This record gives sequence, C-alpha cells and structure tokens, in this order.
Amino acid sequence: MPKDHGIGASSKRREDARFLTGKGRYTDDINVAGQAHVAFLRSDVAHGRINGIDTSAAEGMPGVLRVFTAKDFEGVGGLPCGWQITSIDGNPMQEPKHPILADGKVRHVGDPIAAVVAETAAQARDAAEAIVPDIETLPAVIDMKAALAEGAPKVHDDLTSNLCYDWGFVQENKEAVDKAVAEAAHVTTLELVNNRLVANPMEPRVAVGDYALHSDESTLYTTSQNPHVIRLLMGAFVLGIPEHKLRVVAPDVGGGFGTKIFHYAEEAFCTFAAKELQRPVKWTSTRSEAFMSDAHGRDHVTKIELALDADNNFTAIRCQTYANMGAYLSTFAPSVPTWLHGTLLAGNYKTPLIYTNVKAVFTNTVPVDAYRGAGRPEATFQLERVIDMAARELGVDPVALRRQNFITEFPYATPVAVEYDTGDYEGTMTKLLAMIDRDGFAERRRQSEANGKLRGLGINCYIEACGIAPSQLVGQLGARAGLYESATVRVNATGGLVVMTGSHSHGQGHETSFAQVVADMIGIDEGQVEIVHGDTANTPMGMGTYGSRSLAVGGSAMVRATEKIIAKAKKIASHLMEASADDIELKDGKFTVAGTDKELAWGDVTLAAYVPHNYPLDEIEPGLEETAFYDPNNFTYPAGAYACEVEVDPETGKVDILAMAAADDFGNVVNPMIVEGQVHGGLAQGIGQALLENCAYDADGQLLSASYMDYAMPRAHDMPMFQVDHSSQTPCTHNPLGVKGCGEAGAIGSPPSVVNAVIDALQSGGHDVRHIDMPLTPARVWSAMNAAK
Amino acid sequence: MENVTLTVNGKERSAPAEGRTLLVEFLREGLRLTGTHVGCDTSQCGACLVHVDGEPVKACSVLVQDIAGAEVTTIEGMANADGSLGTIQAAFREHHGLQCGFCTPGMVMAAASLLKENPKPTEAEVRHYLEGNICRCTGYHNIVKAVMAASGQDVAPPAVAAE
Repeated sequence: MPKDHGIGASSKRREDARFLTGKGRYTDDINVAGQAHVAFLRSDVAHGRINGIDTSAAEGMPGVLRVFTAKDFEGVGGLPCGWQITSIDGNPMQEPKHPILADGKVRHVGDPIAAVVAETAAQARDAAEAIVPDIETLPAVIDMKAALAEGAPKVHDDLTSNLCYDWGFVQENKEAVDKAVAEAAHVTTLELVNNRLVANPMEPRVAVGDYALHSDESTLYTTSQNPHVIRLLMGAFVLGIPEHKLRVVAPDVGGGFGTKIFHYAEEAFCTFAAKELQRPVKWTSTRSEAFMSDAHGRDHVTKIELALDADNNFTAIRCQTYANMGAYLSTFAPSVPTWLHGTLLAGNYKTPLIYTNVKAVFTNTVPVDAYRGAGRPEATFQLERVIDMAARELGVDPVALRRQNFITEFPYATPVAVEYDTGDYEGTMTKLLAMIDRDGFAERRRQSEANGKLRGLGINCYIEACGIAPSQLVGQLGARAGLYESATVRVNATGGLVVMTGSHSHGQGHETSFAQVVADMIGIDEGQVEIVHGDTANTPMGMGTYGSRSLAVGGSAMVRATEKIIAKAKKIASHLMEASADDIELKDGKFTVAGTDKELAWGDVTLAAYVPHNYPLDEIEPGLEETAFYDPNNFTYPAGAYACEVEVDPETGKVDILAMAAADDFGNVVNPMIVEGQVHGGLAQGIGQALLENCAYDADGQLLSASYMDYAMPRAHDMPMFQVDHSSQTPCTHNPLGVKGCGEAGAIGSPPSVVNAVIDALQSGGHDVRHIDMPLTPARVWSAMNAAK
Repeated sequence: MENVTLTVNGKERSAPAEGRTLLVEFLREGLRLTGTHVGCDTSQCGACLVHVDGEPVKACSVLVQDIAGAEVTTIEGMANADGSLGTIQAAFREHHGLQCGFCTPGMVMAAASLLKENPKPTEAEVRHYLEGNICRCTGYHNIVKAVMAASGQDVAPPAVAAE
C-alpha cells in the first residue's frame, strides 16, 4: 500500500492551490509604491570599443528620471566570480573585470551599455532607443580554438590571452594514462560538441530595487534560486552594503534550471539606482533580453579516448575539453567544466586511470554557467557515447560491455577524487531492461522496417554528484563559499510549526515535501507545518537550491533542527509527566512514558513551552525554536540506467521518440509524485538538447537564436509518455534521510540515450554513421546518412 | 489615456489604456490580475492565454482598445463559484501537471478551450492542441495526463512498455 501521508507519500502539492488560481506571487507581480522602471540599452555587436555615449536626447524624453552609464559606477565593484581554478602551471585562472554597465568595450551581443530609469516601462524603453552609442566594431572571437590562436583578438585587453585556465586532472595520473592509452589493445576515440543551450525558465528574470531612507536599508526582490547568495555577493562585493542593511527576497520563482543561481548586473543596478534616485526601480526582462543576458549552458568541444584491454575491460580514459566561458566569468562558471565534470568521468565504471585537460576560453558570447546538470551531463554524454562506440567497434553488446565494467563494491574511490558511498548499477540496469522490453525490440524493428522506417534503441547509464556541499572539500577545490544548508524550526504555542529554510523552491514543491518530513518526524498532520523560504529577512543564512541539493542538504538541516525540537519537547514532557526524559516516546503526535499509560498531546507540551507555569526553568529555557546548519561529509551519488527508442524517417532524417525510460536510484524518496515529475522535466530538457535546442552564433557573434521563433523549445508533441522508475534504492549512507537528489538526473541521463538510439537506427539501415553532434535535427541526420552512403 | 472597459470574469472592469497597451498589460497592470503571465515577446509561449468572447487568445497579441467591451475570462475566473478548484484545475493538481506554476494559467486556459471544442480528445490531439503553450518543468507528461483526466479519460501506457 502506498503511504497516504508523511515520508514516502505522494502528497498533493499545497503550492498548487495558488498557482492554479492565479494567486502566485512572482517577482513581476510585485509593484512597490512609487516605483520607476528601467530599460537597458544593450550592445548589438559582439565586440566593440565604446568611443562615446550620447544620452542627451534620451534625457529629454518624457518621464525620464536619469540615464546611467559606466561612469556612474565609479567606486562600485564589478560582479564577482565565486570559484577559482588553478591552472596546470600553478597560476590562478585569469579573472577579468565584470562591470555592471559596459566600460570601455562591449564584449557580447546583449552586453548592457546604458540604462534609462523612467516613470513607466514604456517611457524607459522609448528613451533607451534614443541613446546614441558611438561604438567602433572590433573583430570578434566566437570559436574557442580560434580564440586561442596566436594573434587572436582579445576579449579582455588587460588579460594575457583568451585562455581563462588550463586545468589538468588528475595531473599526477597523466603519464600513466598516456602509457595506458598507448599500450591498450583497443582505443576508441570520439570528438564531439556538447551544444550550447539556454535554460529558458518560463518566467523571465525580474528585479525590483527599493531603498528605505528611514532605516538606510535596501531591499531587492529578484528571481533567484538563492537569495542569501545574492545578498552576500551583491552586498559584500558589488555595492558595499552590509548584510544587515540589505534584504533579498525571491518570492515565487517561475523555474530556474541553474540560470537563476547567478548574480546578475540588473540586480545590482536596480538596488543601486533605487538608492541613488530614492525611488523603487523595477526591471522586467523580455524573452529576447533573456536570450542575450541569462547565463547560457554547456558549450564544450571535447575529444575523449577510451582504452580497453584484450578482454574489453576499461583501462584508461583520456579527455581533452574546450569549455566556453563567454565574455565574462559568471558566478560559478569556472567550476562547471572542472569539478562538476572532471570528477564524474569515472561514471559507473571501474576505470583505473583517468586524465582530463580542460581549457576554458573567453569568447565574445554571453557568459556560460551551470544549466541543469552542469558539467555532469557533459561528462555523462561523452563517456556513454564513447562506450557505445567502443561496443560497436568491438562487435559486443553495449549493455554487456557496460555490465562487465560496472563498479560493484561500495564505497568506491574513483581515480578522479570522489568516493561513491553506495549504488547498485546492475539493479537499475536490470530494472530498465524489464521496463523497455529489450527482447521484443527485434520484432519492433522489423515492423518499422516494413513501414520504411529505421528503428533504434539506445541504452546508457549515468551517475552524478549531487547534494552539492561539503564546504571543506569545495573550499579545497576553489569555491569561495561554503555549501552547507540551514533550517530554523519554530514551534508555535498551539503546536503548529514554521520551518524557515535556506533552500528555495522554484517548482520543486518543497513547501509540500519538506512539510511531509517534519510532520512525519513528529507524527502530526502535514497541514500543521508551514515552510518559509525565499526571504533573507526571515530565513537563516543558506546557500539555496541547485545541484539537486535541497533535500539532501537542506532537508538534512531541517531534520537536525527538528531533532533538537523533539529532544527539548521530550524534556518538557518528562517534567510534566514526572518521568525520565529517556523514557519519553513521541509517536503520532503523542508523548508517552514507556511502561505506563501516561500520555500528553504534542500541543500540551508546546503550550507549556510558551506558558511555562509548570516547567523545568532551572534546566531549559522557555520557547521551542531551534536552528541547525548541516554540512555533509560527501556528495550524494544518484545513478541509473536510461533507454530511448526512436524511429528515423530515412526520407527526411526526422527522429521520432517512441519511448523514453529511466530507472533511477535516488536512495530514499519522500514524495514519489514530485520525484517522478522532476525526472519527467529533466528528460524533456535532455531530449530537447539531443534533438531540438541549439544556441547559435554566426561568425561575427550575432546571436541567431534569440527568440522562441529561432530557439526550438520542446513542445508537447515532441515528447512521448515517459516510463520512470525509482524502485532501486540504495540509501545515501551519510545524510539522515538517506536521500540523494533527483532534480538533474533526467537531463543528465537522456541525451546519450537519444543519440545512441539514432546511431543504432542509422547503422541498422546500413548507414555507417559513427556520430552526429546534437541537436539531431532532420537536416543533420539526413546529411549524415547521405554523406555516409 | 482613455479608459477601456471589459467584462472580466463576469464583472465590468475599467482602467486607462494607451493605444499601444496590450491586453496582457491591461490585465496585469491596469486591473492587477497578475495570474496571466508574460513568458515571451513573440506570441510563442502561451503563458498569457486567456479567453476573449469565449475564444482562446494570447493576450500579448491583442491591443486592449481593439476589444473594448469584450468578455474576458482569466485564470482568476476558473474556480467554481464556491471557490473550489474547477475540473481542469483539480485535474492538474491531482496529476501534478504543474511545477513552477508560471505556464500553468495559460495551460489551464488552453485546456479549457480544447475540451470545449473536443470533449474527448486523444492523447495526440491534446499534445497537438497544446503546441502553443510551452512548459519547461513538466516535460508535458503530467499535463497531458491531467487534461485527459479532466476529459474523463486515462492515458494509454507507452507502446513498448513491458507488461
């Protein structure tokens, strides 16, 4: 019987009541009395020198309060980068300045040049069009390898080159890896592009800055996944506002997918301008602006080599990646191709030797940072593609080749610095094969062939490092922040609870699932637990939501705080019932004394905490409120096996997805309905990357895909009904809930399934196509088929 | 600016509007009905979909002065008279057809139009009809299930699923 409440129940989401009736409160729904509006003038060239900006006409336009350019930000800090990578030669990465408004040069299409604040949004837009910038166009660098060539135009004149860093990992293994590759019985080599994507949460970014003269306090309402991080970065590094004078509120947020982690210029601008003008200042991004100002994702160019011995055991992996940083370093950009990518190259396999080199490159494009999965999709894609290719070259079953090389004993220390605590890769693979009826595939392929279609089946595994945390570890790896999480549990006198969490929900349903956990621990109704998030004024310092960390890290903090609550409540109960605290049990919201019929309700004890007439005041304080910070000692390692079945029309190259199946191991699951929904969404984004989505620049750096007319977002008819399963559960060994995280799995595991399936289909039709770069559009598939005829 | 009057969710409502004011701006800023959202600027995403005189309309593609006097229904008008969720809204909740909630108002309004035109759509018809509504969270799986459920139907399992 499925549970009907508490941990493990598919409780319906409480958030839905407001979202389904138009009562959500997103940032753009917030209007502060007296607010003015800002419009940014953005560069329409990829690279240029700013010789002057004539703002005089704009300043005279109706409603205009002020026009800002870079000179108004003298003494104000630039946008900081939160992660430092050290190159092979021991030097720190090259870190360019990132001004709020372009200073001296524009470096990508969309780089903000000037900002107009006016009474209405329309007046601000009108006036922005009247600004006349004098920009001398410079040659742009778009291709990464061209950007590193001798004599290439430099994105930043004060850096020595366009190379941000040159990272080797694990550098000590390099010689041994080179030797193993040289001596291998077989080496499969694959060169590929992991295509640039745009996260595209449906809610565009919004910022509203406000300033209170009476208290000298600034408030920023913003579309963020981590309001405390924004407060720290913007306060300490950009505007110099101490945290106690700065409040950041991220209310209902309409999706994030990584791109709302980062601190953006528009947030700092609105906060700054509100104080300058003594007026609230609001900015609402258009979708076109979002395409050229939200941090992009992926954009790796990679060569991977897989070495095998004569028995098809993996002996080494060697990988060379060029990672596009874009024109500036976004908040966490340097970490994505390195620590979120290099550390996952072992995948689910016991490859003893791994070396990867990553060259991060500045180009005249929008900055690139974490997008759903962040580094782990890139690692998974290249690894699972090269394994499939190796199986084809060796003439062995790709599933058997994987199984032969699976890690089977845990804990397992990989050669790339991480230790998997637990897993069962055979278990998820077995489950997957049952889900997809692999045995029936040959017959299905025959049916497709009879209809003139090519059918393919792609299968792969994935592993990811989630619960992004251990502060000491990430500190050693270059993070300039800690990555714990926090929770304050406040019990009210009449027994209801408010849990204030540093995590942030922007679609994940924390208000429901977090309440399930706390209610389950105490044994009360979920409706008695309220989850508060998204406001630095009423939540403890926390690092926010990304990297599938909220339940594993934030949930664990909440468990720790609730444990403190329960321990104190038991002391109160023991006093009231005149028993030893050790003999008190709490179950179903009732305190009992072991071996007696004494009993107290939860509400009796919480009331006593606030009305301490009969209370052990000499031992404990009144009140019932506890805070916990949780900093785990390892990442979590969700893993699984995925499969995709496709049909390719050889006349057109069009790929139809007939089935997409995911067998995941997320450890324990709190709300299966929500977990499945997370996987569905990830699968759609992975399929989108594999078949549809591509952020395209031309050679001059013009952004060709800057609207939904040009960037192919997955639509309902592009997607199949998914098959998902999370019944293989090896609980995480080091957090109190035994959970691993589920938010990114679908986007990590699915792209190789799709591409493996299409290659399988084409090969079955006699087309010797080894690889096609994503997205596998009809034109690309048709061209590859016909080139290989 | 002249005042424009519409009948919105059964009530006559007026607010000032410029010639260039879009219906969605009028609803959100003029009437402060913020349930209708703006997700793009090319009439692609459908987050702003409302009903105008009973027809589905993307509110970003209509100048409000052009439809003065029209009857408009928004997400705020879709609950039952007693305030409980309407059939489609309840189906979205039951089947987890929403996550961040931003596309949801447009999805619900589009689904209502579909079921009015075609009370028993097939899964393929649902997917086809929702082509003008983009969701980034759900992968559409549970949206399709919700719309089918609102029409009193189940979704057939995937064709290659094992028994």
